[in-house]
Amino acid sequence: MSTPISADDQFYREYIIDHYKNPRNFGRLERPDISHEEDNPLCGDVVGMDFQVKDGVIEDIRFHGRGCAISQASASLLTERLKGMTLDDAKKINKDDVIGELGIDISPARIKCALLSLKVLKVGAYGLADLDEE
Amino acid sequence: MSTLTYDVTAVRRDFPIFETGIAYLDSANTSQRPKQVTGAMLEYFEKFNSNIHRAAYRIAEEATVRYEATREKVRAFINAASTKEIIYTRGTTEAINLVAYAWGRKNIKKDDLIVLTILDHHSNIVPWQILAAEKGAHIEYVDIDDKGELRQEQFAALLKRGPRLVAFNLVSNALGTINPAREMVAAAKKAGATVLVDGAQSTPHQPVDVRALGCDFYAFSGHKMLGPTGAGILYGRRELLEAMDPFMSGGDMIKTVRIEGTTYHELPWKFEAGTQAIAEVIGLGAAVDYLNGLGMDAVRAHELDITEYAYEVLSEIDGLTLYGPPPSRRAGVISFAIDGIHPHDLATIADRDQVCLRAGHHCAMPLMTRLGVPATARASFYVYTQKEEVDRLAASIKEAQRIFA
Ligand SMILES: Cc1ncc(COP(=O)(O)O)c(C=O)c1O
Repeated sequence: MSTPISADDQFYREYIIDHYKNPRNFGRLERPDISHEEDNPLCGDVVGMDFQVKDGVIEDIRFHGRGCAISQASASLLTERLKGMTLDDAKKINKDDVIGELGIDISPARIKCALLSLKVLKVGAYGLADLDEE
Repeated sequence: MSTLTYDVTAVRRDFPIFETGIAYLDSANTSQRPKQVTGAMLEYFEKFNSNIHRAAYRIAEEATVRYEATREKVRAFINAASTKEIIYTRGTTEAINLVAYAWGRKNIKKDDLIVLTILDHHSNIVPWQILAAEKGAHIEYVDIDDKGELRQEQFAALLKRGPRLVAFNLVSNALGTINPAREMVAAAKKAGATVLVDGAQSTPHQPVDVRALGCDFYAFSGHKMLGPTGAGILYGRRELLEAMDPFMSGGDMIKTVRIEGTTYHELPWKFEAGTQAIAEVIGLGAAVDYLNGLGMDAVRAHELDITEYAYEVLSEIDGLTLYGPPPSRRAGVISFAIDGIHPHDLATIADRDQVCLRAGHHCAMPLMTRLGVPATARASFYVYTQKEEVDRLAASIKEAQRIFA
């Protein structure tokens, strides 16, 4: 029979569920300097971000979207990290940072969910080519 | 054989994969394969591995005989008139593409109407979209009602417009809906349409009789009916197949090739270019034998029993929405959603309990849009499914609800 998943389950840590149910910086900005949205058609996840940038610093940020806990918690965590950060530093955020921040084992099937918000950041704010091609 | 005598434990002994302890609830995606199927393929590899139709030595004759024997097994299984009407393909997708290319390009003209349904799999939508765009034809989709069943009055209205082609699946892979295919084919034929039935989800699960069905084309995949991947079938009525040009061309599908031109091989080989999936076709034959051994009525009865049980168990879970018709009018497929939990999160949690569950759009994005959901979770059943696996699914769902509470 099934083994029960303990409270400190590796995959669905409490703070992931918390960020999923109470997303930080959720919503839209009135007049964003940058706004971009990406989706993952395979599972229907959507993440969009609005940035307000002044003197090279991300002064305010909001995200919107819907989808699985991994995609939404990852976006919420990323906005917390980005707020107040310089664009130059934001540029340096990579896959490992995002996955590290989630702090859980991500199976290959769920990597796209975890990295959707990073794709929004990269493609939207920096016009970089699709992450997949990296 | 009634459900009372159906011995699922004995059936499961033929499927070594269950020794791993998985609860496999994704047979609509691809089925498991019994030892009899893998054994038949292994025997080919180890005892008479060679190419078919070409060589003069004995093992090649043996390979050819076994490869061709599948054709007669499949013919009888779906009650086609002749083995000339049984074309080997890689699967349903290739079969439908074959028709779209070899029949469609000749027969679909500008402003023609093609009728599909919102329940169709992408493989029965995209080839027609490409053809329609190329020819300037247009496509209408039959909608569903709240129970996930096709709106027959809308279908009747579309038939009045004289469609050139009607194509639909007998069973929906996403909702499990069993469509009233006989009535639909009869009405479409009466309206003068050519009719293709996608049998990917019906052939594995219920008795099929293509002549009683009356369709012109019928497509299905071996890997969903206990056979290996890479072998599937296109059935086509002989006169239509005779009039069609080849799909793929090259070796094996020719009679003579001269620099001035080529004459094609006769049916069914006209549509089988190049070296074929020999082991896979032999495996498909063994799968048909296996299903015949169980009896397709017994298969359907067993699945109905499991589906009714699952329907009941899932209905009792709070916050769970079931999509589609009641068990008596659906195949062994149950699509559902759980409040506040994305299907992918549910599938990941289920996977940790070794419960294999599908989450996604099930290659039916138009249907997902119609239902207003990005994805659903889907459990699907087959000859080897037992109630204990359904119980394990229910336990995983409750675990997910606890984690997300
Ligand atoms: C209804 C239906 N049609 C077509 C297909 C495509 O089958 P295949 O991928 O084997 O070509 C499937 C498989 O998922 C299906 O369920």
